[in-house]
Amino acid sequence: MTARLGWAPYALLLPSVLFLALFFATPMVQAFTLAFQGPDGSFGLASIERMLGDASFRDALLTTIALVVLVIPIQFALAMSMALVINAQLKGQGMWLYVYALPLGISELAAGIVWVSIFTQSGWLNSVLMGIGILERPITWQSAETPWLLIGIVVIAEAWRATSIIMIILVAGLQSIPREFLEAADVYGATTWQKVRRVVLPMLRPSLQVALILRTILAFQVFATVIALAGSGLDVLADEAQRWATDIDNDNVAAAYAGLILILSLVSTVLFLVLLPTREEHQA
Amino acid sequence: MTAARHDVPMPRRRAGRERLIGRGLIYLAAVLLALFILVPIYLIAVSAFTPRENAFDFPKSVIPQAVSVDTILFFINASGVLDAFWRSVIVALITLALSLLIGAPAGYAIARYAFRGRNGYRLVVLATRAFPIVILAIPLAVTYRVWGIDDTVIGVALMHTALALPFTVLITSSVFVSVPRELEEAAQTLGCNPLQAFLRVSLPLALPGLAAAAIFTWVLSWNDVFAAVILTLRNPTLPAKILTALTQSPIYFQFAAGFVMLVPSLVVIFFIRRYLLGLWGRVVK
Repeated sequence: MTARLGWAPYALLLPSVLFLALFFATPMVQAFTLAFQGPDGSFGLASIERMLGDASFRDALLTTIALVVLVIPIQFALAMSMALVINAQLKGQGMWLYVYALPLGISELAAGIVWVSIFTQSGWLNSVLMGIGILERPITWQSAETPWLLIGIVVIAEAWRATSIIMIILVAGLQSIPREFLEAADVYGATTWQKVRRVVLPMLRPSLQVALILRTILAFQVFATVIALAGSGLDVLADEAQRWATDIDNDNVAAAYAGLILILSLVSTVLFLVLLPTREEHQA
Repeated sequence: MTAARHDVPMPRRRAGRERLIGRGLIYLAAVLLALFILVPIYLIAVSAFTPRENAFDFPKSVIPQAVSVDTILFFINASGVLDAFWRSVIVALITLALSLLIGAPAGYAIARYAFRGRNGYRLVVLATRAFPIVILAIPLAVTYRVWGIDDTVIGVALMHTALALPFTVLITSSVFVSVPRELEEAAQTLGCNPLQAFLRVSLPLALPGLAAAAIFTWVLSWNDVFAAVILTLRNPTLPAKILTALTQSPIYFQFAAGFVMLVPSLVVIFFIRRYLLGLWGRVVK
């Protein structure tokens, strides 16, 4: 039946190909031409130099990298725990999955605000800590004076918001591990930890790799959570890109920042592909 | 109470009591993780339903003292918020319609036909995910000014469609794969043409999955703030409006804003909970 309608699949694909060419590929290329242009349209490194010389460039780059490095391991530890809990087939399995998946639909901005209500001076954390007598007076958690505290707060908010996506990928991966493998491990008297290390983790490698790549790319774009929780107290790359695009109205420097995020994403993707090869899946 | 697992006959090598303790620890972990997710949602709800004059009370009581919709009404009636809300709804609806209209046929094609270039196409669609979305908005803002659709609902919706399209293609293809092609072929042998076979047989069966894909697209658009802030100025979507208002707005405005943005997400996840694993989980081949 496929021979009869040889052109049909191409006709069905065509609209999506055209759309992606126009609204995905073209702007992707355009971002680089913009970055290599000055505001007057002349080609050169002026905009890149302007980005590198920008007062907040170094802070933005370092903070973004610090956030990625801190948040990814925490998210994977949390996601793995959630996935193992769900895989343990507790009562109300569907309910646990639903609860852990809740943040999937929550936006960066909403998540940031949720944690503002906790960390603000007259917020929930200070209230509870004073209520149980740990604090005598409220602590100012969100202050530009203590950037490390701000980074910690953003990490917690991001761990809360964006762990679910990893959890879902891992749960799907776990479900594809044949029961017999774990039962065999049981027969040989493996402990839970041995089962996780020797059976689950190796078989979960492809899922882990995909989740790592996806989540890291997203983490480099961290934006609204930082603005909501840290205001001008922290600079990150995406919020510099936005500042140059809207407040300063210089699309070229903004594109340079966006291009930098793209390069970091691609480098991290290649890194994960090289460091976590999934080809030789046969047990060593 | 945990002894009643009968689905998997596990070899019982260790003492029952040890198993029971292990089971208990897993339940403890499950509850702690659930609290980590749920407590902040509860707290923002309490914050949003606290009347404005109590917003700065300290220390706060975790059990709400005075519950009112005063703060939420203040937020909704703040200048520009309602307009921004409707704009967000319209942008999300256009995004949903466009990405299904463009993406579902492609998803159907990869699910149903074996053709040259199929794997290449799949690979390109998967690869779009390796590119940060942040990079699209800035050049598009420049292009939109040329096209005269800068600061418009349609401009934002087109960008959101570019964002959602790869997901829609992959999700709809997995939906159509799960609808047995034999049914469609049977319909054709009974005299339907391919289009009729699709409309009368496959489409109704695929509908729940397609609805889940649509809802997912809607969330993606509803939640985007970066692209919206770059692409709009006087006509912001709700998240863009809230983000630009953050620094000048009182904290109770933020609480209500956060809560109002959060609620649709919770509802949506509830409705597509059965599809979650299929939607996001199948990214590994």
